[in-house]
Amino acid sequence: MGIIKASKVVFEYIRRDEEGNVDSIQTAVDHVDLDVKEGDFVVILGHNGSGKSTLAKQLNALLVPSEGTLWVDGKDTKERKNVRDVRRKAGMVFQNPDNQIIASVVEEDVGFGPENLGVPTEEIWKRVGESLTSVGMLKFRRHSPNKLSGGQKQRVAIAGVMAMEPKCIVLDEPTAMLDPKGRKEVLSAVHELNRKKGITVILITHYMEEAVDGDYIYVMDEGKVVMEGLPKEIFSKVEELKRHRLDVPQATLLAYELKKAGLPLSEGILTRQELAEELERCYVNYSK
Amino acid sequence: MSIILNNVSFTYGEGTAYEMQALKNVTLKIDDGEFIGIIGHTGSGKSTLIQHLNGLMKAVSGEIYFNGRDIYEEDFDLRELRTRVGLVFQYPEHQLFETTVFNDVCFGPMNQGFDKNEAGLRAFEALRMAGVPEKLYYQPPFDLSGGQKRRVAIAGVLAMKPEVLILDEPTAGLDPKGRDEILDLIAGMHKSKKMTVILVSHSMEDVAKYVQRIIVMDEGQVFLDGAPREVFKYYKELEKIGLCAPEVTYLMEDLKARGMAIDGDATTVEEAKQSILKLFQ
Repeated sequence: MGIIKASKVVFEYIRRDEEGNVDSIQTAVDHVDLDVKEGDFVVILGHNGSGKSTLAKQLNALLVPSEGTLWVDGKDTKERKNVRDVRRKAGMVFQNPDNQIIASVVEEDVGFGPENLGVPTEEIWKRVGESLTSVGMLKFRRHSPNKLSGGQKQRVAIAGVMAMEPKCIVLDEPTAMLDPKGRKEVLSAVHELNRKKGITVILITHYMEEAVDGDYIYVMDEGKVVMEGLPKEIFSKVEELKRHRLDVPQATLLAYELKKAGLPLSEGILTRQELAEELERCYVNYSK
Repeated sequence: MSIILNNVSFTYGEGTAYEMQALKNVTLKIDDGEFIGIIGHTGSGKSTLIQHLNGLMKAVSGEIYFNGRDIYEEDFDLRELRTRVGLVFQYPEHQLFETTVFNDVCFGPMNQGFDKNEAGLRAFEALRMAGVPEKLYYQPPFDLSGGQKRRVAIAGVLAMKPEVLILDEPTAGLDPKGRDEILDLIAGMHKSKKMTVILVSHSMEDVAKYVQRIIVMDEGQVFLDGAPREVFKYYKELEKIGLCAPEVTYLMEDLKARGMAIDGDATTVEEAKQSILKLFQ
């Protein structure tokens, strides 16, 4: 079994009227199966309201499935006794950094998590140093978080999760509020954690460019997983993605348009490097 | 009709330990009917700048003229200015508060002093312009999806019939389709209503695709000002100030470096496609 395994997970938001009778039921997650191997970098795509965030919140037991079962590192999230373990294994980072930072000094904010877990003081400071180093924020350890840029705050939030030594981090649109530089900083910090420390990453995003370097992609729509596969496979289906209110990276879109116009390009171009190489090849052949 | 900023400076917390100069001698002219994009990294002064344009913030020094009149003159009606220059804040849906979508959109014109009838008419028109489906008019705004809430919030500003519409990152947090829909809506209003539109954005791709003129802010100053093709030529300088050019601009540079005789400085997928296809003719 992988680090995260979902079997026919359903989640329903039940709305009740004043007398407590069921007014409406909205199925936000509809029979989802997932299997994430330890150390993978998995991306979940889907439009607003497709059920991504509801699914994400189940990965650390903020919500538990209405039906089906979700295991995090082998523990069923529905069992109350597992909740603490599950949250320790799967840390979560949200969209707005200002909503997750609580202390007035960076290092205290990062230390909050392990302190809560009852980690001895010496060990806390060791972890704070290590996790700030791992996201490139060590030199800001004595700064006030509200003086940091968005990308820096988000990296502090990630360090806060890392200090709890999770096996897996779930990031729910961590770059939605950031400028281009902030986006790059956060993304490279996350990739680094994945590569160097083998942390499993579940990244939810609306930026297709951020999905390109993932190991595996799930696409959600109306609570269901409607597409899954390697980035190359997913992004070669331009029309299908558009039907799910999504897009493809600019390089992929351009390659798709050029192919439609008759250029002999291969399928599944994801980056501008690949496209430039392909175009050079075409150009050399054409010039002959 | 125009907005002119002459040597505008603004300092937060003047005279305190937290003093921070957010605008430094900004001089700009915004003409009637322009579609402008403002880009800059977080903290570059974009939001401070746009809040000066409708008099929400008052410059420490310098003048601002709206249609030739100094807005800091004593008898200048700032309230009226705020209805003529409509400002849609970041995440405007957080400001929805009424019991129904329709009432929420009526709030602006009612506040302007219009009676219920006129406010209602304006609300209908604004909701239609913003593309909110009629069946949602009497729903609580909190029940709508993210994209629809944002449309309602934009309608709330449109209902005041502004001549200038300023939007602070109107697509943040939306999915790709939602992004395109909101931007198409804004571009449509610019075209059909001849509205002046100012768009603050973190997406170079969106700015390149939609606007006619880009103003780049850095450390409270105007760093560059020009058409997208002109501005993105300076991609190396843009990178130094935390920005970048659209993906396709880098692709074109890469192709040039590989010795391909490609012309132009494409900033959109369509432009890049045309230049590349020309190579193979």
